[in-house]
Amino acid sequence: MGKNAFRQLVALGAGLLFGAGLAVSQVTNPQKVLDFFDFAGHWDPSLALTFGGALLVTFFAFRPARSGRASGKGPALGGTYALPTKSDIDGSLLGGAALFGVGWGLVGLCVGPAVAALAFGEPKIYIFVAAMLCGTVLTKFAQTKSINRLKT
Amino acid sequence: MENFTPISSLIGGLMIGVSAALLLRLNGRIAGISGILSSLLPPWESGNGDTGWRLTFLGGLILGAAGYGLTTGGAPVVIEAGLPVLILGGLITGIGTRLGGGCTSGHGVCGIARFSGRSIAATVIFFTVTALTVFVTRHVLA
Repeated sequence: MGKNAFRQLVALGAGLLFGAGLAVSQVTNPQKVLDFFDFAGHWDPSLALTFGGALLVTFFAFRPARSGRASGKGPALGGTYALPTKSDIDGSLLGGAALFGVGWGLVGLCVGPAVAALAFGEPKIYIFVAAMLCGTVLTKFAQTKSINRLKT
Repeated sequence: MENFTPISSLIGGLMIGVSAALLLRLNGRIAGISGILSSLLPPWESGNGDTGWRLTFLGGLILGAAGYGLTTGGAPVVIEAGLPVLILGGLITGIGTRLGGGCTSGHGVCGIARFSGRSIAATVIFFTVTALTVFVTRHVLA
């Protein structure tokens, strides 16, 4: 089997594991998510363990991806690490994160769990994901337009 | 605390971490789901040869959740939000994650482990704003 096929297999396995992990931890249940953020109500701290558990693994596994270490060995199946290159904390980052926070707090779905929860056949999830895709497409078009304006 | 599920939530988190670790260490890619999704949507950039694995990963994501639902007799999905809030929430989640360059997976799980200042700042902001939003909707407006 070629390396490309292997990479596809890894992507499939990682996707399966990620989707199952989201469902096992119940991040795919908006009520569970909102209860986690509801410090003034019936606070359910479960998802702190989900976030902590994920970070515990990535903290050790991401060593080669940390600043200044990317020059070492590349990924096991060849190629290079494709990592974000931006480092400036700008208005777009902060404003975008804040907007996302409002959306997450209103409904209780973030992007990965929303996509994974499509599996459960709940119509409300389909409506949310459709609106989310619209938001991203609109923003992408607006960004391309403003970049083109800068070029001319 | 009656709904506290420490074991399953921790196991799920570890699975998510291992998934992100596999994708990075084997394929050299970041498991940032809003970024993966966004690059599959128009307007498409030229010379983007990464479409294949992204589709495979997202397909796996849905199948993985489906597999869990099928083996356990269905995962609970309780949504309090009505239609207008659902659409508004979806729209601003789509706009915000694109503008902010990531969501809980890319900035939170992967970015913090890369010690990225941008990701740490974004994660602190969206966690804080989410908690504030929940406080307002559940305790001020309710």
